[in-house]
Amino acid sequence: MQVENKTFKPTIVAFCCNWCSYAGADLAGSARLSYPAEVKIIRIPCSCRLNPMFILKAFQRGADGVILCGCHPGDCHYTTGNYYARRRMTTLFSMLNYLGIEKERTRVEWVSAAEGAKFSAVMNDFVATITALGENKKLEDLRCKK
Amino acid sequence: MQEIMKQAKLKAEELLTKGVVNRVIGWTEGDFSYDCSPATFTLDNLDKFVYTEFCGANLSKYLIEESKKEGKILVFLKPCDTYSFNQLIQEHRIKRENIYVVGIECRGKVDIDKLRAFGIDGVLGCKTEGDKLICDTIYGEKTVDKVDVMLEKCLSCKGKKHVVYDELIGEEVVEEPKDRFGMVAQLEAMTEDERYKFWQNELSKCIRCNACRNVCPACSCVHCVFDNPDSNIASKANTDRFEEKLYHIIRAWHVAGRCTDCGECSRVCPQGIPLHLINRKFIKDMNEFYGEYQAGEDTETKAPLNSYTFGDREPHEFDTKEGK
Repeated sequence: MQVENKTFKPTIVAFCCNWCSYAGADLAGSARLSYPAEVKIIRIPCSCRLNPMFILKAFQRGADGVILCGCHPGDCHYTTGNYYARRRMTTLFSMLNYLGIEKERTRVEWVSAAEGAKFSAVMNDFVATITALGENKKLEDLRCKK
Repeated sequence: MQEIMKQAKLKAEELLTKGVVNRVIGWTEGDFSYDCSPATFTLDNLDKFVYTEFCGANLSKYLIEESKKEGKILVFLKPCDTYSFNQLIQEHRIKRENIYVVGIECRGKVDIDKLRAFGIDGVLGCKTEGDKLICDTIYGEKTVDKVDVMLEKCLSCKGKKHVVYDELIGEEVVEEPKDRFGMVAQLEAMTEDERYKFWQNELSKCIRCNACRNVCPACSCVHCVFDNPDSNIASKANTDRFEEKLYHIIRAWHVAGRCTDCGECSRVCPQGIPLHLINRKFIKDMNEFYGEYQAGEDTETKAPLNSYTFGDREPHEFDTKEGK
């Protein structure tokens, strides 16, 4: 039998705010700063659009890590969205950790439209963390496995 | 308790005869004396009304539908139920003007399963005397320490003060609120893997009967997310361990900041899952992160997730003592 020698490549879902980090990702691209191909970006209108269900669903469908990128507190396009998002994510991450999910699997970063370099750095760092952490086993859905 | 029940019945009769209210919501016995469930009464069937050691059910949620009907309704609320009542008023779920609230004395309710675990079967009735519970059974009289057989939610009572009422029956025993977060702190002290095992063990018992959702006074949405066929987990048994986690995380999340910690979810769970521990984690977190808040204490204060301050802690700082 042939043993497949595969290195683990994580699937990362990045929820990016339309007004900042999504443009930040664009900037990273036009500045030719690379970020790993494992990162799948989903555009949302504001960081506070992120329903906690989205995060769980992402894990269900095979994500190994979920990151939310939004505008820096104080810079929200809708004035206060990211303040609410911050409270929600703090309590939600705390809950996930309480149920035994590794705290490194979820992250929030504030990335503005001008911070292409930060976007690239954050994504590289996050992918490295998840790769070290390994596959998401605790919140997996076996039916969704390939 | 007999005395309180007599007073409550008289009060109901008086208000019904005077025409202040046209119906009453209270508790009635089923086939067995420990089988108490909520019921509505008029003068015709008021003799079926009971208030015993087994009336643990919270009547607030039934008012959502009842208060929409014609005429005023009389409701008996125990101290912890009044918190749910306030919360429902704050959320505009019930019409206060259609409800006459009578606060009723409570000294902790009894869990029949715990009584059975003590080998007490064939219970005909119970009464409290001091710290003891005297059970009248078909095998004769038996006595246990009440604290051993109380409902889980009563062991961490928020205090015996009614936060809203039109009238009171019985006395308001002044009592220090008991520590609610002991078990949560114990779990927090475990490692991630231990916690995961603990919850895997507990949540895998879930049969998705939806009793916790149906009884929860905070779960008052007309269209529940779990009834949505697109949610993949609508009204069916869990087929995968992911589903039970999704269900309980999201349910706890949806009541976060609105949960008054009435403990009904754990009381009705046929599998005995300690669901209150999930809700209490949210309560404990929000108390620590955003200042003390008790949902339902009044109808004005904004819930922590409905407000913000500029200096809130960052999401990755949830497990540090001080935050930023």
